[in-house]
Amino acid sequence: MSGAPQRIAIIGAGQAGGQAAYSLRQAGFEGAITLVGDEPAPPYQRPPLSKAYLKGELEAERLFLKPLEYYPEHNIDLITGNAAKKIDLASRQIEMASGPSIAWDKLVIATGARPRKLPVPGADLEGVLELRTLSDVDKLKWSAVKGARMVVVGAGYIGLEAAAVGAQLGLHVTILEAMPQVLSRVAGPEIGVFYTRTHREAGTDVRLGAKLEGFEGQGHVSGVRLAGGEVIPCDVVLVGVGVLPNLELALEAGLTCGNGIVVNAQGQTSHPDVYAAGDVAWRPLVHYGRDGRLESVHNAIEGGKIAAASMLGGPGPALEVPWFWSDQFDLKLQTAGLWTGADAQVIRGDAQSRAFAVFYLKEGRVIAVDAVNSAPEYVVGRKLVAAKAAVAPAELADKSISMKDIGARAAS
Amino acid sequence: MPKITYIDSSGKERQVEGKNGMTVMETAIKHNIPGIDADCGGACACATCHVYVDEAFTAKVGKPSAMEQSMLDFAENVKENSRLSCQIKIRDDLDGLKVTTPESQH
Repeated sequence: MSGAPQRIAIIGAGQAGGQAAYSLRQAGFEGAITLVGDEPAPPYQRPPLSKAYLKGELEAERLFLKPLEYYPEHNIDLITGNAAKKIDLASRQIEMASGPSIAWDKLVIATGARPRKLPVPGADLEGVLELRTLSDVDKLKWSAVKGARMVVVGAGYIGLEAAAVGAQLGLHVTILEAMPQVLSRVAGPEIGVFYTRTHREAGTDVRLGAKLEGFEGQGHVSGVRLAGGEVIPCDVVLVGVGVLPNLELALEAGLTCGNGIVVNAQGQTSHPDVYAAGDVAWRPLVHYGRDGRLESVHNAIEGGKIAAASMLGGPGPALEVPWFWSDQFDLKLQTAGLWTGADAQVIRGDAQSRAFAVFYLKEGRVIAVDAVNSAPEYVVGRKLVAAKAAVAPAELADKSISMKDIGARAAS
Repeated sequence: MPKITYIDSSGKERQVEGKNGMTVMETAIKHNIPGIDADCGGACACATCHVYVDEAFTAKVGKPSAMEQSMLDFAENVKENSRLSCQIKIRDDLDGLKVTTPESQH
């Protein structure tokens, strides 16, 4: 492999960084790979953190993307519990928080994102927690015991999943959402209404349009104060109000950034030997003809694969429509595509039956689907989104026409 | 400890010891078995842990659930004995199970 890079460093040992390393070895790259992460654990799956792991159904080791032996066996130098402090583009070095600098010929930045903090009084009280890492969940687990009062701030995927687990574990859960609907950033109103009802039926107090003023307590949080003066007493607070990309290293190095590190279709940043992948990357969204930043497993895996392939000069992976899922109670929500910009919505099935789907259309073409306990709608929907298929709304809404037939007609 | 054998598309066999309650997918990941991607980590959301179950075990392993069957529509070269390995939990009576991984998961 003449001309191939000899030393590749990857900052960020999450799903994207890990994938880049795995794909490099899978493609036969024989040079040095250094994978650096600031968390103590090797690369692991984050999605179960707010689901099965929080519920106590899995031990941490079962989340690891690869067994620990994988790294030495594949000659990947995995450095955990140590943060990159500075990227020097001129000398091609990474300065580390401790220990020697790391030299690279090509670099992948997969630093991910961090939970957004609420700029309100008391946000630094003990017991005001977030959920991003294994250690975050371990803290939350200590408090999330039967009978405890938990306030969840923010009704996105993380907040709702944790609230569902809390209710199932016998906690008294209150959800505070500033917007008039839950999941409003990621899904359409029908889905929001359905999940609000589901959580209320589980005994959770869901407050929409809530105005949070601050957290109260002496050392440890004891209540959440709302505008108007009401205080909701609590033992623990989980704040899940979105994430911010970890851009600092890239910005300081002078790489082009917006709401993410700007990369091209090859995963390349404004420096030709520096790549970015995962939550931190502002990337072309080929199915939508625009750029954006995605926070998902699909995006992390795809970005890692793209970066690895580009560094080796090989063909990249087939690009998938963005996909997401969320497990709450007995409900599996599967989403394909991005619904932003939709000008029509079609509901297929009946929300009362707890199995239904919402298709989002723009100018007559399917751009996204949210499917609740409806795998065929998701599976075929994903193909419709990828094909930008034009499907008549009446056909999508008609349960007497199978999804298979809808998919076949759209393909013909 | 039930023994599970993974056969790759070239016919190479790898036998490992499984643990009851863990899935055939997790066991593959734990033992670095190539040919199983498991992008979603076992949430039945991606269909990248597709395997073919050995004929001798198809009855014991059982049929996929409706959700899994739909997800299998995503996989390529699906056959009568196709399953998603994240949905097969290891139990004593699956000792000796053989599964074959497809050429590609995407």
